Amino acid sequence: METEQTVLGRFGAYLQITPLVLILVTFLIAPMVVILLYSFFKFGPFATQIGVFVIDNYVRSLSFDSSTWPALADTIRTTAITWAITLVLGFVLTYYLVFDVIQLRIKIFLFLLAVVPFWTSGVVRMIAWLPFLGKEGLINGSLIGLGITDEPLQFLLFSDFAVILSYVHVLTLFMVAPLFNVMARIDLRLIEAAKDQGAKGWQILLYIIIPLSRPGIAIGTIFIVALTASDFVAVRLLSGGTSGTLATAVFNQYAQSRYPLSAASGIILLILLLLFVGGIMRLVDIRKQL
Amino acid sequence: MSAVGTPIKFAGEGHSRGYYIRTVIFFAFLVFLYGPIIVIGILSFQGEQGSLMFPIRGASLIWFQDVFNPVYAGDFRAPFVRSIVLALIVMVITTLVSFLAGLAFRRGFKGSSLVFYLVIVSLIAPPFLISFGLGIGFTSIGLTSQWWSGGLGAHLTWTLPFGVLIMFAIFSRLDHSIEEAAQDQGATRWQRLRYVIIPIVAPGILAVALFGFTLSYDEFSRSSLVTGTGNTLPVEMVTVRGTAARPSLYAVGTMTTIFSLLIITGTFLSLYILDKRRGLLTGGRVTESENYPKKQGASAPAAE
Repeated sequence: METEQTVLGRFGAYLQITPLVLILVTFLIAPMVVILLYSFFKFGPFATQIGVFVIDNYVRSLSFDSSTWPALADTIRTTAITWAITLVLGFVLTYYLVFDVIQLRIKIFLFLLAVVPFWTSGVVRMIAWLPFLGKEGLINGSLIGLGITDEPLQFLLFSDFAVILSYVHVLTLFMVAPLFNVMARIDLRLIEAAKDQGAKGWQILLYIIIPLSRPGIAIGTIFIVALTASDFVAVRLLSGGTSGTLATAVFNQYAQSRYPLSAASGIILLILLLLFVGGIMRLVDIRKQL
Repeated sequence: MSAVGTPIKFAGEGHSRGYYIRTVIFFAFLVFLYGPIIVIGILSFQGEQGSLMFPIRGASLIWFQDVFNPVYAGDFRAPFVRSIVLALIVMVITTLVSFLAGLAFRRGFKGSSLVFYLVIVSLIAPPFLISFGLGIGFTSIGLTSQWWSGGLGAHLTWTLPFGVLIMFAIFSRLDHSIEEAAQDQGATRWQRLRYVIIPIVAPGILAVALFGFTLSYDEFSRSSLVTGTGNTLPVEMVTVRGTAARPSLYAVGTMTTIFSLLIITGTFLSLYILDKRRGLLTGGRVTESENYPKKQGASAPAAE
């Protein structure tokens, strides 16, 4: 018994973690190493010269007049807008679920109703916006029918508006779930006490609920930023590929067989994401929140 | 008013104005969330003249027939079967690997934070890069990635983070003393796993299985370049959208959503039944443990 304990104790955990590590090394780390290598391969004059290492791709990507900068600005703008909307909306929705809905059964039911689409297809939910947007879409049709506008509003399809709308649609529950997890654990006696001391509604919100929700906001932010900044699907389905985010640039360069340039832009995006998420994880201990 | 479930009523008596505003926002959000999918459900019942846009032109089932017996659009049948087979494989691997990883994290090992960060990186890595890297990685060793090789791997980089984080959360809530008690009673390591740990974490395992299946079944970004000669359903849908889009795209979208909803409902029903059973099993014990601190508290001063 004693030997079984120590031998298994020492090696057991390593045996148990091996499958996970093997899979992630093979299908995550190895592809990233391949991308890293490709980002240093010489591109041109006609094709990728495999095995010829240069730093030209990065020099080109990071040069003053490179298209990386406007693409990065576009990524930051799109991500920031999506983040701000999902944060405020997610906060209000969660607040409603946690503090306004009293009956536990209804609370759970409504929570599930809000998060169930997470387990359904994101592609279908993006496609589902097609009949609404566009020149002959439901929204333009109604606006013209009601006499609000004469001309169809062009910005409703193939635009940043359509893309951000679909991000909010698909991603808000990534903010709701972690927020619910922390907000539901707030001790209501704390709020009672604050009220007894004469705290006003906004003071309770500002000094109790928001500070205690911070870890949930952090985790939600990681999800929203990572998924928005690296998305290229909504752009492809709803903006006709015209949107100029960094992730789209990576995709377009790939589509034009400019692999080394695509890889270099991709590595820049990956590094920025890692820095951002690393920064947030320094602020909040995610392991403690699980 | 009881302490449990006390709502915050800022305006004193009755519901505040904020409450009504939040109620409206919540239900408006549900309409926003489910509206579009219901609308494409309706649009898939159009007649032969139907398009992707309003107005509805006629009524028929031809777009559903087109999915099963394609005339207008691409063939969705093989991708659908492929997606289900792949999702089942991903589900089994995700559940097993996450459970084992959960046990490892619970026991603790050198480098566990490193593995934890690896899992986080897997979650946030740009999906397109994974697909791109896997694609050229396979090519460079003289292979072509297929849905069951590179596609499977790409899906696992998405499902495993969720599986591992769920297991991590479940195991960190699991009381060590339960296992110790079983050990004191002479249970072997295997018996402790089989009769103590697995029954307690069973709902978590079921949840991981749900994540594994559905996230794989719906995955597009990470596997888009590596499904090889056989597209999965989401990859096929995006391809069809790019070419000749007919309402059969909506019909397949509607059917796949209904399929997902059935899977989700089934899982939650099983979770509910599991919970009921556990409630019956642990019913007696819970009351005991509730009484325990009181007895101790009462007997402590008496002993003094």
